[in-house]
Amino acid sequence: MKQKKWPEAWQEVTPGCMVFEPGSASLYKTGSWRAQRPIWDNKKCIKCGICYIFCPEACVSEKEEGFFAANLDYCKGCGICAHECWPQAIVMQEEEV
Amino acid sequence: MGKRIGMEVGIAAAEAVGLCNIDVAAVYPITPQSHIAEHLSDIVHDGRIDAEFITVESEHSSISACAGASATGARVYTATSSQGLMYMHEVLPIVSAMRLPVVMGNANRAIAGPLNIWNDHSDIMNQRDCGWIVMHAENGQEVIDMTIQSFKIAEHPDVMLPIVVNMDGFQLTHMIEPLEFPTQEEVNKFLPDRVPYATLHPDKPVSMGCFNMPEIFTETMKVKDTALINSKKTIIKIWNEWGKQFGRNYKPVETYKSKGAETLILTVGSMGETASVAVDELKKAGKSVGLVKLRLWRPFPIEELRAAIKGCKTLIVMDRSVTFGGIGGPVATEIKSLIFHDKDRPRIVNYLMGLGGRDVTVEDFIAMVERAAKKKDETYEFYGVRE
Amino acid sequence: MIEIRWHGRGGQGAVTSVELLALAAIEEGKYAQGFPAFGPERRGAPVMAYNRVSEKPIKIRSGIYHPDVVVVLDPSLVGLVNVTDGLKPEGLLIVNTSKPAETLREQLKYKGKLATVDATFIAREELGVPIANTTMLGAVMKATKVLKLESLNEPLDERFGKIANKNKNALKRAYNDVKLAK
Repeated sequence: MKQKKWPEAWQEVTPGCMVFEPGSASLYKTGSWRAQRPIWDNKKCIKCGICYIFCPEACVSEKEEGFFAANLDYCKGCGICAHECWPQAIVMQEEEV
Repeated sequence: MGKRIGMEVGIAAAEAVGLCNIDVAAVYPITPQSHIAEHLSDIVHDGRIDAEFITVESEHSSISACAGASATGARVYTATSSQGLMYMHEVLPIVSAMRLPVVMGNANRAIAGPLNIWNDHSDIMNQRDCGWIVMHAENGQEVIDMTIQSFKIAEHPDVMLPIVVNMDGFQLTHMIEPLEFPTQEEVNKFLPDRVPYATLHPDKPVSMGCFNMPEIFTETMKVKDTALINSKKTIIKIWNEWGKQFGRNYKPVETYKSKGAETLILTVGSMGETASVAVDELKKAGKSVGLVKLRLWRPFPIEELRAAIKGCKTLIVMDRSVTFGGIGGPVATEIKSLIFHDKDRPRIVNYLMGLGGRDVTVEDFIAMVERAAKKKDETYEFYGVRE
Repeated sequence: MIEIRWHGRGGQGAVTSVELLALAAIEEGKYAQGFPAFGPERRGAPVMAYNRVSEKPIKIRSGIYHPDVVVVLDPSLVGLVNVTDGLKPEGLLIVNTSKPAETLREQLKYKGKLATVDATFIAREELGVPIANTTMLGAVMKATKVLKLESLNEPLDERFGKIANKNKNALKRAYNDVKLAK
C-alpha cells in the first residue's frame, strides 16, 4: 500500500505543523543514499566504541560480544567511522548497484 | 472596578502583566520600553508574582526564550521597541507559524537610520507580514486593558497566535495619566489558566518547528493566513466579554463623530486622541469632518473599515512611517488596495507625519484637513517637511 | 484646562515635581498629565517637564507650546534658557531665586505676572540639600491655586517615605513665603 506522505489538503495540516507521531524521523530510511558501506574486521576491533561515538547518524551500535555494526537502514556511508577507527578495523566497501 | 490613580503608562503596563499570572518573562531593555522591563523585573524580584524573569542578552534571545517557554505551555510576556523589534524580526514569523501564544508590548519608536529614540510606527510597520495579531492602544487605560485581554485572545484554542500590543513610545510610555486597574479577582474571573494545545513534554512526545518541503509549504502558508484571518471573530468576542465585565468597549475600528462626515481623518495609535480635539474644533467651525481610528491592524478588519468610511468623499490617512520608494505609507496603501474595486470610493489623501517623534498638534490636524481639501492628486506627502 | 511648564536641570527633580502634581490632581478626582520633554537626559543639563490639569478628560497628547504657568527650579537657567517662551500674555512665571523681583523683570524684560520665592534657601534649611523641587510645588500651589495643598500629602508619603515630612515642611514654607510681584 502506498504510504500517504503529505496531508492532502491544507485543512489537514496540523496547527503549527506539529508532528504527533513520536520517532517519526525513523520512517525516513536514509540508508538508501549509500554509495559505500562500512565493514568491521572484528579481529582488529579493540571494542573502544569510537565508531559508535562518531557516527553522525547514530546508527552504529554495540552487538553481541561487544563488537560494533552499522544499521544499514540508516547508514549513509559517510566513512567517518572508518576514518576515526584507531586500529583501522573498518573498511569502506563499494555498494553494488 | 478599581479607583482612578495616577501612574506612568510604562509602569502600568508592567503592573497589568503582573495581574495576569504569567509564568515567564524574557525582556531586554531598550528606550522607551525600559520602564516596562525594569518594573516587571522589580515585581518578580519582590515576589509579588511567581514568575521566571529571564535576563536575556538580546531581543533575539528574548523572543526565542519566549517561544521556547510557550512551547512548554507557559504563559509568556515580552516587550521591546524599534531596533529591539528589528532584532527579533527573524524569529517573529516562526513564533506565529508554530502557533505559540506570546504577548508582546511594543513601545513604538522610529527604527534607526539615522538613530532616533522617539515615537513613530516604523518599527511595527516593518513587521507587517510576520503573522502576529497586531493592535494599537490609544491611551494608558487601553494599554492596561489590551495587555490583559491579549493573554486570553492569544491562548484561545481558536486563535493560538502571538500578539503585539502597540503603545506609542514616550508619548504613552512616559506619560503619567489617570488609570483604573482591575482588581486581581476581576482579572482572575476574566482570564483563565492557559490550556495549551500541545506541550513539549516527554510523556506526550511532539515535534514542533519541523522542516517543511515545497510539496507542503503552500498549504502551510494557507493555514497560517486562515488562522490569522479567523482570529478576528475571537478577538471581537473577547473584547465584547471585556466590555460586559468592565464597561470599556473595544472594536477593531472605532469612529468619532464620523456619521455623515464628508471628510474623515484616519489615525492609528495615540494621535487619535489629539485628532479628536481637532475634529471638535473643525466641527465647531462648521466643517463636515469626522474621525476613524484603526485599532486592529492585523488581521486587517476589512468589513469594519469599509463600513466606517462608507459615504465619505475624502479620507485623510495618517501614516506615522515611510515605505521608501513605494506608493505611500503602509496604512494608506493597504486601504487603497482594499477599496480599489469599490464603487463610490473616497479620494484618499495620505500624509506621512509625526516621524521620529515630530510632535503632532491639534493645529497640525486642522492644517492637514485644509491642505487635503486643496490637494489635486492622490500622491503621498511628508506633512510639515521644511523645504 | 491649565498647562504648566517646568524648567530645571537634570537631577534636580523637575520630573518628580511633575509626577507629584499629576498624582495629586488625580487623587482629587481631576484629570491630569505629567510628562518630561522626552529624550535622553544627563545631570546638570537644562530639562523641561510638563503638566496638564483639567476637570474633564484630557485628549490632547501633543507638547505644550503656550503654557499658562512656567516654573523655574534653578535660578541659573534665567538668561540661559528662554523661560518665557510661549507663556500666555495673562500667564504666570514662578521663579526660584534669591534676587528681588524687579531685577528679574529687568533681566527678562518681562512685564507679566511674576512670583518669586527663595526655594533653594528653604530647601537647604528644611531638607539639608539645595534640591528645590518639592519646595517649589508649594509655591506653585499658592500662586496658581490649581490644587488643594493637602492633595499632595499622599503622593509625597508614597514617594519619600521617611523624609516625606521634611518635604512637606519645605512645601508649606514656600506656600507661605512665595510673593506675587507687582
